[in-house]
Amino acid sequence: MEQDKNDTLYLGKQGFSNRLLTGTGKFASRELIPVMLDACGSEMITVALRRIDKMDQTENILKFIPDNVTLLPNTSGARTAKEAVRIARIAKQAGCGSFIKIEVITDIKYLLPDNSETLKATEILAKEDFTVLPYMMPDLTLAKKLEQAGAAAVMPLGAPIGSNRGLEMKPMIEILIQNMEIPVIVDAGIGKPSDAALAMEMGADAVLVNTAIATSWDPAMAAKAFSMAVKAGRMAYLAEMAQDTKYAKASSPLTGFLRED
Amino acid sequence: MKIRLNGKNLSITCSTLLDLIVHQNLDQKAVVAEYNYKVVKQDDWEKVKINNGDNIELLSFVGGG
Repeated sequence: MEQDKNDTLYLGKQGFSNRLLTGTGKFASRELIPVMLDACGSEMITVALRRIDKMDQTENILKFIPDNVTLLPNTSGARTAKEAVRIARIAKQAGCGSFIKIEVITDIKYLLPDNSETLKATEILAKEDFTVLPYMMPDLTLAKKLEQAGAAAVMPLGAPIGSNRGLEMKPMIEILIQNMEIPVIVDAGIGKPSDAALAMEMGADAVLVNTAIATSWDPAMAAKAFSMAVKAGRMAYLAEMAQDTKYAKASSPLTGFLRED
Repeated sequence: MKIRLNGKNLSITCSTLLDLIVHQNLDQKAVVAEYNYKVVKQDDWEKVKINNGDNIELLSFVGGG
C-alpha cells in the first residue's frame, strides 16, 4: 500500500484522496449521477460500453460525469479475455483514459468472475500501458499472479454483484489485505455503509459501491453516508484500533472504590 | 452492399461511415464507431468508405458498475 501524509491512494501513477469508488449503473435518472458525485466526493466512477440499440439511442453516460472524476470503464459483457481486451482497447481509443476494470463473466446466475480469463486479459492489457483493475475472486494465489502480471490493484468481490449481502468473503479478503503489495479494493456486494466501514477497518485500500447507492431512495444521501463510512473505517484502520478480548477489561480504575464495609 | 452492423447482417446504400451514422439517426456525440475492429474518431467518419463485407460496431457508454 502506497501511503503519504495525505494518505493518498495510488492506482498506477494517479493519486486519489477519496477512497470510495462509485458506479453509474441502475440510477433511476442519470441526472442523479453528478449530484451523487458531488455529495460523496468520489474521484473515480465506472462506465460500461454497449452496442447502440436504436430504441434507446439517447444514452451517453459520459455527459453526466464531471471532468474532475476519473473514468473507470469496465469490460462487462465480456465472456473471454479476448472480448475484454477488445472492449478495453475501444474504451481507451474512445478517450476514456487508460484505466480499465476487467470483468470477465460467464456465470449469469451469480456473476462470479472467470479467474483464468481475467488473468489472461490482465497480462495483455498491462503490457499495453493500461492501468488494470481486475474484478476477481478473493484468492491469494490468483491475486499474486495478477500482481505479477502488472495489475494496478485487485478488486475482490465482497458478495455477488448487486446482492447487497456485504462482506461474505471477509476471511479471504483479509488474507489478500495482509499479503498484497498492490491496493485491495473491495468491489461488489457492499450493501450498507457499515459493510464499507468494516472493509476499510480491515485495511482495504478502497471500496467500490454502485447498486447500494444507485437503488436507494436518495442516492446523494446514500453516497454521502458511504463516503463517511469509508473515511471512518480508514481512520480506524490508521489509528490501529486495539484487538478484541474474550473478557471484560475495566475502563475505570480497579482501586479506591467507595464502598460500604 | 452487405455489411455486418452490431453483429447483424444488413444491406445498406450508405457510402461512408458518416452516412451510415446519420442514416441510423443517432446522437453523433454519443457514438463510438468501430470500423473493422479499429475505432474511428468522429472527425474521420466521412473519410471512411464502406465496402461490402465490412464489420461495423456503433457503440456508446452506458451506466454500469
